[in-house]
Amino acid sequence: MIRAIAARELRSLFFSPLAWTMLAVVQVIVAYLFLAQVDFFLQIQPRLPQMPGAPGLTEIVVAPTFGSAALILLLVVPMLTMRLISDELRNQTLSLLFSAPVSMTEIILGKYCGVLGYLLIQLLLIALLPCALLLGGSLDVGILASGLLGLLLLLAGFAAVGLFMSTLTAQPVIAAISTFGVLLLLWIIDWSGAAGSKGASVFGYLSMLRHYESLLKGVFNSTDVVYYLLLIALFIILSIRRLDSYRLQH
Amino acid sequence: MDSDNLIKVEQLSRWYGPLRAVDDISFEVRRGEVLGFLGPNGAGKSTTMQILSGNLAPSAGRVLITGKDILDEPEAAKAALGYLPEQPPLYRELTVDEYLGYCARLNRIPREQRRGAVDRAKERCGLTEVGRRLIGNLSKGYQQRTGIAQAIIHSPAVVILDEPTVGLDPIQIREIRALIRELGGEHSVILSTHILPEVQAVCDRVQIIHRGHLVFSDTIDSLTRQQTVSSLRAGFRNPPPAAELARLPGVLEVEELGAGLVRLRFDPERDITDALLGRAMEAGWRPYELTPEIKTLEQIFVDITSRDTGTPHAVAEPQAQGEAA
Repeated sequence: MIRAIAARELRSLFFSPLAWTMLAVVQVIVAYLFLAQVDFFLQIQPRLPQMPGAPGLTEIVVAPTFGSAALILLLVVPMLTMRLISDELRNQTLSLLFSAPVSMTEIILGKYCGVLGYLLIQLLLIALLPCALLLGGSLDVGILASGLLGLLLLLAGFAAVGLFMSTLTAQPVIAAISTFGVLLLLWIIDWSGAAGSKGASVFGYLSMLRHYESLLKGVFNSTDVVYYLLLIALFIILSIRRLDSYRLQH
Repeated sequence: MDSDNLIKVEQLSRWYGPLRAVDDISFEVRRGEVLGFLGPNGAGKSTTMQILSGNLAPSAGRVLITGKDILDEPEAAKAALGYLPEQPPLYRELTVDEYLGYCARLNRIPREQRRGAVDRAKERCGLTEVGRRLIGNLSKGYQQRTGIAQAIIHSPAVVILDEPTVGLDPIQIREIRALIRELGGEHSVILSTHILPEVQAVCDRVQIIHRGHLVFSDTIDSLTRQQTVSSLRAGFRNPPPAAELARLPGVLEVEELGAGLVRLRFDPERDITDALLGRAMEAGWRPYELTPEIKTLEQIFVDITSRDTGTPHAVAEPQAQGEAA
């Protein structure tokens, strides 16, 4: 049942030009940033062997590319997730799902998997860029894998937040703006509080960026993975509760 | 007997804040029965439909679909239910085939039966030719039909249709009515509508809801049989004064229509025809016309809904009547 809902969601996404446009725009920008990074590597390459403990190709090219890709996707994902539930609320199509023998959990997970499917395609396209380097050089597969895992978890977190925001309003634009607001806040939340203070460590833990950065460096720390899994679970549960409340007393 | 009641509604209430949209209504629908649900705008029709279909949780009371509580066992109850809301829930970017295929999947029709189910639903709703067209490009009538097809695709025991003939042309309306009658053969159908002749044409039983209360419930048969004649239109070549007619036993009110025509309203319990004709012969009024005026559903509807709702009205017990007959 989850698969049926996810498949329809993904299909509807690709029936509109939105999904294609976004794939293309993100790919072009990320590819440009990637090329700039490769250029930079070629410039400093002759000097690298003289430096002790110099960073390799993967550190110089892949990590910054994924870092900027995350920032671009922070802007793009809200526009993808905004329609998930809002559109159904606005067009009053939710009653189709409500009167079918489908649970709220299945509806939310179906929607979530649909948008996750799209993001996987996006991720695959981005992953192709560093893989192109394999033609002429060698990469640190460990760092690449950990970076990809980081990006995947990050996107999954974005999508969960976006899904929840979409259950709150029948106006997709409002859902998009609030998703963007929440994501950006979670991104920069560690800026507050002087380093070393008690608040700083809490905010530091909450920051999406912190956890992503360590994965990009190739540091696989279960704290980071658990952080994303908790974030995803939290917003999915909130979405289910929210959807359920549409039937209840207002 | 009880197992044949596909829908059972017990003391259902729903508040929207301080507003009681539905107030303590109970009714049952048997297998093979088409129930017409009437009421003026804002009477609570759509709210009731939404509760019955599981789109809205009741504030109090419960709904049993084929014996399963819609809140306690939602999936079992909803599997036996097809619902067409006021606004058909259509995805405009899909074709009719894709959409119905998706609905079939949602309703857990096994893969190998899906094609057949989609084809049958399309055929029943006259959608065979538009299967490959986008729903967004269809006319309102075809969209409405697609909505109906969606509700019946899994042959549910209970079909709930909220104003199914809105936006259809007269021929389509006839087709849809025939379809509803056909559905009534094997399923239970609840039909909400504003259109009174529609209720008379397709329903077995009619219920009127007004300001959240169930104020009238009766079978169409007994409606036409018993509740009907309560006034006569009589024409006399030699008309008597109104006061004299008013003296006839059983006459409640006399209304002069001019040109020797009068309308006599009388107690429906006592037929005044014999007394009137006897008196007319005696006194030489020379009657030339005598027409019983049938109280139509429309009159009943207007009577009930224009009355003040301060006093609760007696609700006829259709079940008891049905068994007594």
